[in-house]
Amino acid sequence: MNDARFECLLRLGDNALVLAQRLCAWIGHGPVMEEDMAQANVALDLIGQARLWLAYAGELEGRGRDEDALAYGRDAGAFRNVLLVEQPNGDYAQTIARQFLFDAWHHAELSALTASSDARIAAIAAKALKEVSYHLERSSDWMLRLGDGTAESHARLQAALERLWMYSGELFDADAHDATLVEQGIVPAPQSLRAGWLQQVGAVCTAATLTMPDADAWMQHGGRQGRHSEHLGYLLAEMQFLPRAYPGVQW
Amino acid sequence: MYAQMVDTGASRLRSREEMDADEQAFQARIDDGQKIEAQDWMPEGYRRTLVRQISQHAHSEIVGMLPEGNWITRAPSLKRKAILLAKVQDEAGHGLYLYSAAETLGVSREQLVDDLHTGRAKYSSIFNYPTLTWADIGAIGWLVDGAAIMNQIPLCRCSYGPYSRAMVRVCKEESFHQRQGYDLLLALCRGSEEQKAMAQDALERWWWPALMMFGPPDADSVHSAQSQAWKIKLLSNDELRQKFVDQTVPQAEYLGLRVPDADLRWNTERGHYDFGAIDWSEFHAVLKGNGPCNRERLQARREAWAEGEWVRAAALAYADKHAAAERHSQAA
Amino acid sequence: MKDWPLWEVFIRSQHGLAHKHVGSVHAPDAALALKNARDVYTRRNEGVSIWVVPSAAITASAPDDKAALFEPAQDKIYRHPTFFPVPEEVKHM
Ligand SMILES: [Fe+2]
Ligand SMILES: [Fe+2]
Repeated sequence: MNDARFECLLRLGDNALVLAQRLCAWIGHGPVMEEDMAQANVALDLIGQARLWLAYAGELEGRGRDEDALAYGRDAGAFRNVLLVEQPNGDYAQTIARQFLFDAWHHAELSALTASSDARIAAIAAKALKEVSYHLERSSDWMLRLGDGTAESHARLQAALERLWMYSGELFDADAHDATLVEQGIVPAPQSLRAGWLQQVGAVCTAATLTMPDADAWMQHGGRQGRHSEHLGYLLAEMQFLPRAYPGVQW
Repeated sequence: MYAQMVDTGASRLRSREEMDADEQAFQARIDDGQKIEAQDWMPEGYRRTLVRQISQHAHSEIVGMLPEGNWITRAPSLKRKAILLAKVQDEAGHGLYLYSAAETLGVSREQLVDDLHTGRAKYSSIFNYPTLTWADIGAIGWLVDGAAIMNQIPLCRCSYGPYSRAMVRVCKEESFHQRQGYDLLLALCRGSEEQKAMAQDALERWWWPALMMFGPPDADSVHSAQSQAWKIKLLSNDELRQKFVDQTVPQAEYLGLRVPDADLRWNTERGHYDFGAIDWSEFHAVLKGNGPCNRERLQARREAWAEGEWVRAAALAYADKHAAAERHSQAA
Repeated sequence: MKDWPLWEVFIRSQHGLAHKHVGSVHAPDAALALKNARDVYTRRNEGVSIWVVPSAAITASAPDDKAALFEPAQDKIYRHPTFFPVPEEVKHM
């Protein structure tokens, strides 16, 4: 009966982990040093969250897998993150658009999870929510500055938004696991977050002089079930190589 | 060190009688242990030397993020990933504290960054070496941050207020850096044979470059004498290097690692370790741009800056637009 | 292109009575200056308030020595050297 909860925890943990891994690649290469600091803070928060979710997932599973066994020992097909977070960094506009689309959802998801009937999930969500409120403020700030900055930044951000848009629909997908957990009051119904998300994204796009893509456009699906884009395999190959080259040792 | 062989522009140390009244008063304040602040009068040579030294130091922090940054995405556990990311982020912070301190002397960040990108300004030789294995991350924390601390603790007492305050802040953070490196190596040395070999290999590659970080012997250097008179350099390169060797060798022994120096032995008479001759030709070659990674490091920084230009421009354009809009609405 | 303007950063730490100058940041505007100050200067201790002031607006400054850092996430204890036990035999680290 814990299967659904295990899946849900992997989804939360893998979203945070994969996005953090992407952000890590910016450190030392950002457009201005202050942004390196900021991206590192966001990544640190997300790694911290991933550890909490995955550690809990491992305990529930009861097969002796800890956070690292889950992070480093699973192949792409066993990862449950949404497709959005595994998309490449691209230019800074793409990184910001990806972050903003995710943050807006993440914030709503965590807010709902603070009322979860699973006390541990509620506690982790409450801690993460404080961090993600800041992430969302920051990514919104940058949506405005790039969208309503120069002609070049506007064009880049509009293009990034359009490129990433088809990965946003999956955030609101529901499957049998969701149905079970919604019934138990453990997670919110994914669709219940959609209207608020669209409204928030729309408002920021308007303020940023961007055109929000069509809400009913064709969407990609599958990340939450382990069907990923080509990008995830490379990301994991890099992330997991040491424990795989030297199995069974402590670091 | 992070600032190596800083040119003071002096050809010899002048006596008190050769200084004019302002310079005499300035030197008297320094001798008295007073701090010089940005708005105080200072000799042009002091200002220029400080800009050179502080900016070299800042550039070293920023370029120094690259060799370690290499391994953030490959750290072998989530805890180590978070630790390394926090550590590299601290280095970015150090760079920013130091650019701030340099800016109090009337140079802009843009100018300083440009000096780095065009090769006019230097950064520490150590960051031109590659990080080939995970153990290198441990070796950098233990040896490179360890050497940096040795140099930075006395600089907390340096004569220039903004620099000394930046150093106080930096030193508070550095101790974590060195310890996480040592802790990482300790885990490897207590691990498998392969892990221990990885640690040994890292020590062999980083030992001599770490000793070179302190710079060539400078007891007779006019620049060092001038910098010491100005209290922006507190100890000679060889003094610091000896302290570093004395402190580090027992730590290597505890790890069970062999320091790659056949001449290394304890000298009871001196109360210090004797150690072998350093190959200064390698140091000078690296400084000239011929280290294993000079080109990659500079190119990475140049690319980051160039590719970030449109981002920085966008944020400025946005700020200008909205400041103008605000003025307009206030006027209405 | 010109630099982002410089802002002086003042932080009041939990136990501090008044804001203290801690350094400066570059930022295009006040909102990002506040965020940059938070990201650059408050990575360790809990602080309760940040001020940012355009450096150009300061006529005289008395920067203070006392570092006032604050901590956004108390769980990042590995940033503190005492998180790493140093073996007895290994001195001075
Ligand atoms: Fe540093
Ligand atoms: Fe450091």
